[in-house]
Amino acid sequence: MNTPMLRLTAINKSFGPIDVLHDISLEVNRGEVLCLLGDNGAGKSTLIKILSGVHKPTSGKMEMDGRSVAFDSPRDASDHGIATVHQFGGTFPLMSIGRSFFVGAEPTRRWGPLTIYDRKRANEIAVTEMRQLGITRIDDGDRLVGGLSGGERQALAIARAVHFGASVLILDEPTAALGVKEAAHVLRIVLQARRKGIAVIFITHNVVHALTVGDHFAVLIRGAKAADFRKGEKSREAITDLMAGGEQMAELEAEIESFSAADDGHAPEGAIHA
Amino acid sequence: MTSQAHHQLAAAATAPPAPPSSMPSIGSLVRRPEVGSLIGMIAVLVFFSIFGGANFMSAGGAASWLNVASELGIIALPIGLLMIAGHLDLSVGSMVPASSMTIAILSGHYGLPIIVGIVAALGLGLAVGFINGVLVIRTKVPSFVVTLATLFALAGLTLGLSVILSGSTSVALKSGRTAKLLFGDYLGGKFEVTLFWWIAAILIVGFILNFSRFGNWILAMGGDAVSARNAGIPTNRVTIALFMSSGLCASFVGMSQAILYNSAQVAAGQSFIFNSIIAVVIGGVLLTGGYGSVVGIVLGTLTFAIVNQGIFYTGFDANWASLIIGVLLLAAVLMNNTFRTMALTYAPRTKPRAR
Repeated sequence: MNTPMLRLTAINKSFGPIDVLHDISLEVNRGEVLCLLGDNGAGKSTLIKILSGVHKPTSGKMEMDGRSVAFDSPRDASDHGIATVHQFGGTFPLMSIGRSFFVGAEPTRRWGPLTIYDRKRANEIAVTEMRQLGITRIDDGDRLVGGLSGGERQALAIARAVHFGASVLILDEPTAALGVKEAAHVLRIVLQARRKGIAVIFITHNVVHALTVGDHFAVLIRGAKAADFRKGEKSREAITDLMAGGEQMAELEAEIESFSAADDGHAPEGAIHA
Repeated sequence: MTSQAHHQLAAAATAPPAPPSSMPSIGSLVRRPEVGSLIGMIAVLVFFSIFGGANFMSAGGAASWLNVASELGIIALPIGLLMIAGHLDLSVGSMVPASSMTIAILSGHYGLPIIVGIVAALGLGLAVGFINGVLVIRTKVPSFVVTLATLFALAGLTLGLSVILSGSTSVALKSGRTAKLLFGDYLGGKFEVTLFWWIAAILIVGFILNFSRFGNWILAMGGDAVSARNAGIPTNRVTIALFMSSGLCASFVGMSQAILYNSAQVAAGQSFIFNSIIAVVIGGVLLTGGYGSVVGIVLGTLTFAIVNQGIFYTGFDANWASLIIGVLLLAAVLMNNTFRTMALTYAPRTKPRAR
């Protein structure tokens, strides 16, 4: 019987009188992608912040590899092997690829009596790690991160997490700001990370992307887990409806269609503000 | 760019790393972000050597702007580091006279050994920097406001204490030969020794920013303080250290001025506030942090000093110098933005691959 890499049991979080998460229980295994789906405001970001050490849960248990853990800070979480990659990947657009790859963990070498930042090695490792994820356009670690495309920045951030031995990789809407091809490439990188045995938590509200890479799915609605199922157990439509909070999606579509029919394809004035 | 990139991405997922390009191409040199500052400095140098006549380019002329550059430069370097880290320090404007008055009162008015005055002046700079740093990280108030407050507080303290202790706002200081030689002498009768201290500071700050881990932390903090902290950078310690370095450098300039001029005035040094910011911004440091270079800061300092002094060598009324500096500042920022954009979009010209 294998222990899950990360297990949450009955996690609750409230900010003062407001309950944000109720009773969330989740599991992610090594080499598995858990897709966390949910509409805006469903509690996804709060859950990520708990996992990455920004917030502490009000109650509930977090276990990594069977051991109970509690994170004091984001730094503490990353020391435990949890890496979080946000939507825009590298957040240092004006730093070089090598420098931002190793931020806070710079390689050094001796130079006479001094210990200096080993730029060459940092650049080499950063470029090699990115190439292993299929980003072959980059061959110069001195280039600025801001010159990379959105997908390449995601790749840089994921490569960094992989290099520093993350055991849990949290990807917060990695494909949301990307074009179709770039998104496909990021999805491919997600699968590569999975193959390395990393437990991946993939947050998205794009059901197609989720279905492409996910092994296991959890849908959050208003802070509670509405569904938890494995690949192939639910159709795309069923998941979309779940995310929108029940059967509303079909209703919404019907409503939009009736608007279009009544007004020659234009929504009536006032409908948007209604 | 993208379509070709994707083609390559798809084709070569397991390609071995390419050998890093060994020679910087002309394209990459042109896209060095300091190029804007260099062009600016050459432009003002050419302008003033044409309009300033032979005197401007003589040793005496060069000394006049190099002296201004060296005093400003010693302060502009740590201000530049602070700005790269996303902070400002206005309190240097009071730190310079506070330090001058400290050494003049201790070693001049009370006649203590000069070393006591030097240590006390520099110690005061470190202490003020420490207070600035602690206030910024504890209160989370923008450093602009915090150091604006300490600027005024320190100015008031200097004035008040000077009058109480020495009964005057101007105190004479007589220093020995060694102190003179080290901090307040002219080489060849023209070049201030602070020039050498500036060169030393350039080397130290250049080393810190480019070759130490600390330099990477400074860049990261200015880029995104939250991510930097999450990456394990001791951001509080770095912030305090940076404010202490600007306090130290400002007090160094105040101390050496007192030794150079044999006296100290309460109201000297306010010009350093904006001049240091101007020099740093002309040098291509991003006011909002995250970007900048030591070469740029040095070039910006020289540019400022050339305009500031060069005007006296021309036939123009010296009142026009500020106009030139204003225009120059705007032009430099626009040019730096352009070069920064070029640096961001810079891509090595990949040879089209055989398909």
